[in-house]
Amino acid sequence: MSTLDVSARPIGSAKLQSERASTALSVGLVTTYLTLIVGLPIAALVFESTNGGWEGFWEAVTSPEAVAALKLTLWTSIAVALLNAVLGTITAWVLVRDSFRGKAIVNAIIDLPFALPTIVAGLTLLALYGPQSPVGINVAFTTTSIVLAMLFVTLPFVVRTVQPVLLELDQEMEQAAKSLGASNWQTFRRVVFPNVFPGILSGVALAFAKAIGEFGSLVIITGNLPYQTQVSSVFIFSRIESGDRAGAAAVAVVLLAISFGLLLSIGAIRHYATRHDR
Amino acid sequence: MIRLVRRLGLRAIALGYLAVILIGPLSLVFYRTFEDGIGPAWDALSTPETVNAFKLTLIITAIAVPLNTIFGIACGLAIVRRRFRGKGIVNAFVDLPLALSPVVVGLSLFLLYGRDGWFGWLGDHGIQILFSLPAMVIATIFVSLPFVAREVIPTLREIGDEQEQAARTLGANGRQTFWRITLPAIRWAVIYGVILTTARCLGEYGAVAVVSGRLQGETETATLRVEERYESFDLAGAYAISIVLALIAVLVLVAMTAIRPKEEAA
Repeated sequence: MSTLDVSARPIGSAKLQSERASTALSVGLVTTYLTLIVGLPIAALVFESTNGGWEGFWEAVTSPEAVAALKLTLWTSIAVALLNAVLGTITAWVLVRDSFRGKAIVNAIIDLPFALPTIVAGLTLLALYGPQSPVGINVAFTTTSIVLAMLFVTLPFVVRTVQPVLLELDQEMEQAAKSLGASNWQTFRRVVFPNVFPGILSGVALAFAKAIGEFGSLVIITGNLPYQTQVSSVFIFSRIESGDRAGAAAVAVVLLAISFGLLLSIGAIRHYATRHDR
Repeated sequence: MIRLVRRLGLRAIALGYLAVILIGPLSLVFYRTFEDGIGPAWDALSTPETVNAFKLTLIITAIAVPLNTIFGIACGLAIVRRRFRGKGIVNAFVDLPLALSPVVVGLSLFLLYGRDGWFGWLGDHGIQILFSLPAMVIATIFVSLPFVAREVIPTLREIGDEQEQAARTLGANGRQTFWRITLPAIRWAVIYGVILTTARCLGEYGAVAVVSGRLQGETETATLRVEERYESFDLAGAYAISIVLALIAVLVLVAMTAIRPKEEAA
C-alpha cells in the first residue's frame, strides 16, 4: 500500500479523458493484433476466391471433385455430431452421476484428444484399425476411418458442455418428479433433457465445426482418395500442392462460411440457454 | 436391480466408447514403440532431423504463447471492461480459430504472404515469411489465439469491477490496479489458458503444413516430422516421436486437472 498514491483525486475531466485515451489505446492494440493475425489473411482468402469473378468461384466450388469432397465432409460430420450427442451425453452422465474407481482418471482423459496432436491421433488409430491391426479390424482408407478419426478429435466437446450443466442441475427436481409418479424415462425426458439440451446443442455445434475442418488426423488414415475418402480440408491441401490456388480458395471460403454460421448459432444457443439469468 | 443394471449398462457404454476410440489405439502405439526395448525408440529420437524438429516446435511455441497470453488478457479486458463500437466483430474474430479448419488458416496465410499476395513485396526486400519461421509462427499464433481470452473473459465477468473501482478511488493508477487487483484475481484463468495455448501450439499440424514448405531439418516441426517418417516407411521413428508428443499431452492433462479446481474456485 505504501507505494499507492493515496491523495485521492476527484474524478475530473482530466481523469475521464485519460480513461478514454487508455480505452482507445487498448482497443486499438487488440484490434490491430486481430487484424494482422486473423483479419488480413481471411480477407486475402476471400479476395483470392473472387479473383475469377462469381463464375470462377462457382465453377471451382461445383467441380465434381470439390462437390464429392464437400458432400462426404458434410455427411460424415453430421454422423459424428449425432454420435457425439448420444455418446457424449452418456459419458457426461456417467462422469457426474455414477461413481466407480478410477473415475478421476477417466474424467481427465476426456481432454486427451485436445492435448494430443491430431497427426498422432491419426497414426494411433491406424495402428489399431489399419492394415497391421492386431485385432483384425482394417478400416483404413474407408469412410469408417473418417468417422473414427473425427470421433476421436471431437470427443471432449459434448462431454465438457453437458458435464457442468448436469453438475449444477438440482437433483431435487428429479426426485420431485419421481415422487409425483413419473417413470425414469419421463423424468429424463421432461426434467433432465430440457435442462441439458442447450448444452448438448452447443457441444454438438462445436464438434460439428471441428469435424468439418479436421485435417491432421485424416491425412494418414483416409489415404486421400478423390471421390472416395477425400474430405474438403484434404481436398484444399492437395489443390494447394498442385498449384490450383483459386480452386483451393473457393472451397476454403465455403468452409469459412460454415464456420461463421456455426459460431453464430452457438452464440444464439448460449443466449437462449442463459435467458433466465438475464 | 433394474437401476443397477441400467447404471452398469451406461457405465459400460461410456467406458467402452473411450476404450475403443482413445485408450486402445494409444496403448497399442505405446506398446509398439517399446516392443524391442527403449533402444530403437531412443535411436529414432536422436537423429539430427528429429532433434531439429523438436527444437523448431519449441521455438515456435516460445514465441506464440507469450504473444497470445498478452493478447488474451488485453482482449479480455477490452471486451469485458470497455465500451467500444465493433465489440461484436472482435468477439466473433477471436472465436473464429476455434471453428475454422487449420488448412483454411494455412491457405489464407499462404495467399497473403505468397509472391502475388498483398504482403508479397516483403520478399523483394529480402524478408522471407512464407516457407520459413515467420509464417510458421504466425500460423501457430492464429490457431492458438482464442484460448487465453476465452478463459479470462468469464472470470473477469464473474469477479466484477468493484475491487478495481475501489482501488481507483483510493488513487491507484491503471497500471497499479491491473498488477495488484485484476491480474491476481484472474491468474488461474490465465495459467489455464496458457496451458491450453501451449498444447495447441505444440500439436499444430495443418496450418503449419501449408505454410512451412516442409524442408527437412529446416522448416519441419515435430508433428510434420511424424508424417514425414510415416511416409518414408519408418514406422518406428513416427511412433517414437508420437510417444514423446503423447507424453507431453499427458503432462498437459495433469496440469489441467491440477489447475481447473483453482480456476473454478477463483
